[in-house]
Amino acid sequence: MDFLNAIILISNFIIVPAITYGSQLALGAIGVTLIYGVLRFANFAYGDLMAFATMIVILTTWYLQSIGISLGFLPTALLALPIGILITIGISLFFDKTVFEYYRNKKANSVTFIVVSLGLMFVLNAIVRIIIGPGDINFMDGHKFIMKAREFKNLTGLNEGLAIKSTQVITLITTVITCSLLFYFLNKTKTGKSMRAYSDNEDLALLSGIDPKKIILITWVIVSILATVGGTLYGLDKSFKPFTYFNNLLPIFAATIVGGIGNPLGAFYGGFLVAFSEITLTYAYKKFFKYLLPENLEPNTLIQFISTDYKFAISFAILVIVLIFRPNGIFKGKVI
Amino acid sequence: MSEILVKVENVIKTFGGLVALDGCSLDIKDKSITGIIGPNGSGKTTLFNVITGNLKPDSGNIFYNGIEITNTESHELFHLGILRTFQIAHEFTNMTVIENLMVVPGNQRGEKLLYSLINSQKIKKEDKAIKEKAIDVLQFLKIEHLKNERAGNLSGGQKKLLELARTMMVDAKIVFLDEVGAGVNKTLLKDISESILKLNQDKGYTFCMIEHDFNFISELCDPVIVLAEGSVLFKGTAKEVKMNEEVIESYLGKGVKK
Repeated sequence: MDFLNAIILISNFIIVPAITYGSQLALGAIGVTLIYGVLRFANFAYGDLMAFATMIVILTTWYLQSIGISLGFLPTALLALPIGILITIGISLFFDKTVFEYYRNKKANSVTFIVVSLGLMFVLNAIVRIIIGPGDINFMDGHKFIMKAREFKNLTGLNEGLAIKSTQVITLITTVITCSLLFYFLNKTKTGKSMRAYSDNEDLALLSGIDPKKIILITWVIVSILATVGGTLYGLDKSFKPFTYFNNLLPIFAATIVGGIGNPLGAFYGGFLVAFSEITLTYAYKKFFKYLLPENLEPNTLIQFISTDYKFAISFAILVIVLIFRPNGIFKGKVI
Repeated sequence: MSEILVKVENVIKTFGGLVALDGCSLDIKDKSITGIIGPNGSGKTTLFNVITGNLKPDSGNIFYNGIEITNTESHELFHLGILRTFQIAHEFTNMTVIENLMVVPGNQRGEKLLYSLINSQKIKKEDKAIKEKAIDVLQFLKIEHLKNERAGNLSGGQKKLLELARTMMVDAKIVFLDEVGAGVNKTLLKDISESILKLNQDKGYTFCMIEHDFNFISELCDPVIVLAEGSVLFKGTAKEVKMNEEVIESYLGKGVKK
């Protein structure tokens, strides 16, 4: 019984949250990796693009709610996603046309692109704060829980409860659908293959008749979809605050680089790797050991490796370790 | 006399202080196999880069079938039938050999985003046709056994063959071969020269090739153009080139007589 309790405890506080968080990071990391692969720069504006996309989804959700449309037990935000995606594609293409294209034509080096994306990050950040404000916004409606901790306890008779939030299930399902479609697209379709080819060897791709303008356009479209879906899922699960999206840039970049930058599958796994490391290292194992160890050996400290205040240090450490020992990532991306 | 397919007029290309092409003018005749030789640094590869759109010339004009293509992007030139291979073989490292070939043919239905998502029967059929063509090409070059190998794992010579295979995937008008024979063993070299001849005679490909192996050149090419210091030093048959004193001197590295 104690053993089961320990397992439920770990599932409730580590496995379920890490899968959710990992999916959200994975969606972000795939976006960053695609931009790096095709446009050849690390896009620092990505976190704030996610914030912008989520803001559009929130505004649309509010509008839908005001005219009395909802999805019942599902969050209304899912209905607002397509609008969010369309507008985010619009703004991505707008910034590509007005900003990035200029530097592409000048054949600027990648450092210039990074600085340009930093500038864009501040612009997007400001736009979001001006429109929706810097505060916390909760836009989750519909049923909060699929299973409450108390229900689980009653059901099983265990001491520990397993709570599953509906946002966690929605996140997982949406991520699986989005990623399956994406990997199908990249591996099986002609356009996806041309995209991979372009990312692999630009000169050769051009000489094989692949139109770079089209590849770049498609990349922005895909990236905008990922940013909107990822950002909205994160906002639904936690809450929306522009600053957290900026903060998430660090774990997202860590996930991208762990997986090998430019490699979408690597970024996908990288997201989960970072999420699991972050959550396992910041969880306090006191109760877990209480269940497993005999009474006289019970710990009297929290047994927490790192305080949750320092969770970003974990992403940062992963980033540094990978860059030192395996600069092209676990799944062989490009060396930066 | 056959028609002129590519005409290069007074092209100048400099890299900083270095003059790579210094008023280079030459013609490539339709359905010919034109060889380009010259000492290292004479601007051969730069000439290819300028013609195929990888580099923009500082001045001068390039015509293809009488149309100016001086500043055309290389992916557009591809659709006009102008293809090239690289001196140091390029490949899509992370794709298999057959995928490398299947990426090439431009403008099919699968290219359209919407179509590729719907994945109708037609696309599958086209995909199958392309795959068959790719296998034909690989068989032709005798590298069919490598079709599922990652291109990054191929040897230098095999990569050269893959480069050649790529040009065979579409109906090219003119193919620029940059040292296609370098690093390839003698038997394979014979295969390559046979395929070049066959493509030239059966399918009417025009070839323009840079090569250091003079035997290879003299077997295949007529005419041979000698470049030195960024401009044309001499043009003639392989025999004439061999007899020409200036050419011998420039190859021996004595410098060009002024």
